[in-house]
Amino acid sequence: MTAEQRGATPAREGRNMLGHFLGLMGKTVFTALVLAFFVIPVLWLVFAPFDAHPSLNVKLPEFTFNNFKVLLANPNAIGSLGNSLILALGSMVLVLVLGSLASYSLSRVRIPGRDVLLYTLLLLSSIITGTAAMVPTFLLMVKLGLIDSQFGVILVLSGGILPTVIFILKDFMDSTPKSYEESARLYGARPLRILWDVVIPLARPGLATIAVWAVVQVWGNFLVPYILLRSPSKSPAAVVMYTFYTEGGQPNLALISAFSLLFSVPVIAMYFFVNRRYGFRFHGGIKS
Amino acid sequence: MADDGDVAGLGKARATAFLAPALLLISVFLVFPALWTLYLGVTNFRLSGSAARNPKFVGLDNYINALSDDRFLNSLGLTIVFVFASAVVGQSVLGFSIAWTMTRVRKPVRAVVEFFVLLAWIIPSSVTTFLWYALLDRSNGTLNAMLSTGHMAWLLQYPLQSIIVFNTWVGTAFSMLLFSSALASVPPSQMESARMVGAGTWAQLRDVVFPHIRGHALTNTLLITLWTFNTFTPYLLTAGGPDDRSNILPIFIYRLALNDGALGQGAAISLIMIVINLVIATVYLRLLKERKS
Repeated sequence: MTAEQRGATPAREGRNMLGHFLGLMGKTVFTALVLAFFVIPVLWLVFAPFDAHPSLNVKLPEFTFNNFKVLLANPNAIGSLGNSLILALGSMVLVLVLGSLASYSLSRVRIPGRDVLLYTLLLLSSIITGTAAMVPTFLLMVKLGLIDSQFGVILVLSGGILPTVIFILKDFMDSTPKSYEESARLYGARPLRILWDVVIPLARPGLATIAVWAVVQVWGNFLVPYILLRSPSKSPAAVVMYTFYTEGGQPNLALISAFSLLFSVPVIAMYFFVNRRYGFRFHGGIKS
Repeated sequence: MADDGDVAGLGKARATAFLAPALLLISVFLVFPALWTLYLGVTNFRLSGSAARNPKFVGLDNYINALSDDRFLNSLGLTIVFVFASAVVGQSVLGFSIAWTMTRVRKPVRAVVEFFVLLAWIIPSSVTTFLWYALLDRSNGTLNAMLSTGHMAWLLQYPLQSIIVFNTWVGTAFSMLLFSSALASVPPSQMESARMVGAGTWAQLRDVVFPHIRGHALTNTLLITLWTFNTFTPYLLTAGGPDDRSNILPIFIYRLALNDGALGQGAAISLIMIVINLVIATVYLRLLKERKS
């Protein structure tokens, strides 16, 4: 027994070393595979926009900015990015204004059935998704005469994200200190004025998070504008991108590559900006 | 008055007025369409023709037709495989494995890996689908060049597998983030003592980590199941084809109702989708409430 025990120590150490080595190998191989899986598809977006002769495969570019010139000369492409901006900012403003008013009132006044209302809203917005409700939404917009209207798209998209906005903003409003509002009230400020001058500045991090989240949701949305808009001149980038073909019927890769990059950069930049500034790792999680 | 939290002197009437515009928008553009689905689903409503002007009440015909329609059953089966393989298995397992591995690599490595995983999630879906279309292309695709698989047409030969891998690629970021924060909440002292008694990686995971993150894992599964079940993005990659082989429910509804014009039939299937969503979301919200109290 004692002899065995004496002999066991170096053996066990050896096994630990081996285990450690295998662990290191496994970790390294796994990390490399994960990186390959996530990086390789994106490489095209990095190289092709700067390639004089872009093709579908990934290759180091013959460097040029010409593809961006092609893009700038295409009114359809530039217009569609403008349309995405209109939809994104329009929805953002709408949900921020309606969401602030609603969440402030829910946060400060005990309206009967408030908690039930909040949970019902959250439940509804997660089950009535763009895909599940595309048929009735399309018909509703036909009846309202809002087909091919950007305003109509903004209304539908805002209706879909507003419940989540109210739910998160209420949390932010709950955590802003109330003493400022009391003193503002003592000086005779009206509620709307208090909301605008006192509460909104205090809730700015929450509002910024929500603003970015709303823009990211709408900026990349394909389905809703795809079914509700008819004219290419009103369609956003997500939809128009699939109409870029050459006369030969092939995808126009010079245009698509530069366009994809320009279309992706704003959301990537915003995401990482807000992530760094406000650390919203987790609120970013509610992308649907 | 003072201790009910109404510090700005809003009062119930004004509070209701503040709330009304938001509720109106939600009612008209979110709640009403869902309720209308109930009605549309029992009519023979069509996009054009006489049934568009005078839709007739057809009772449960749409539902009976759907349940005996091979295309619907095929679509439902594909959807179940798609959700299970790409969300429940693909995103969760990959997301957890990345989160777990990243707790034991150097910081810069972790930052780089997390950046690229997140990138797949943030880039607009129209762009990611084009990136995958380029990657999987038959004659010029990078994947064929890397694997020397000649002129393999991945999207035609393996449409369902393609959209499963694609959706795993897109969505893993969420599981990774959620499991990262879950792993950060496991007490280091417990991990340390497990290591002290010589527990291997698997034993540590089973005895210390999994019991701690069970709630997170459930939350994660329910959310990504809901999102994957409702994603329309694969439409841009395969449009449901070839021969309906990647025709998951959202694409099926789109083609049936808005391409072929069978709105009543499409609404009936939409309602089936909403009910499935309702079941998943109810379980999720119940868990959320339990954890809060």
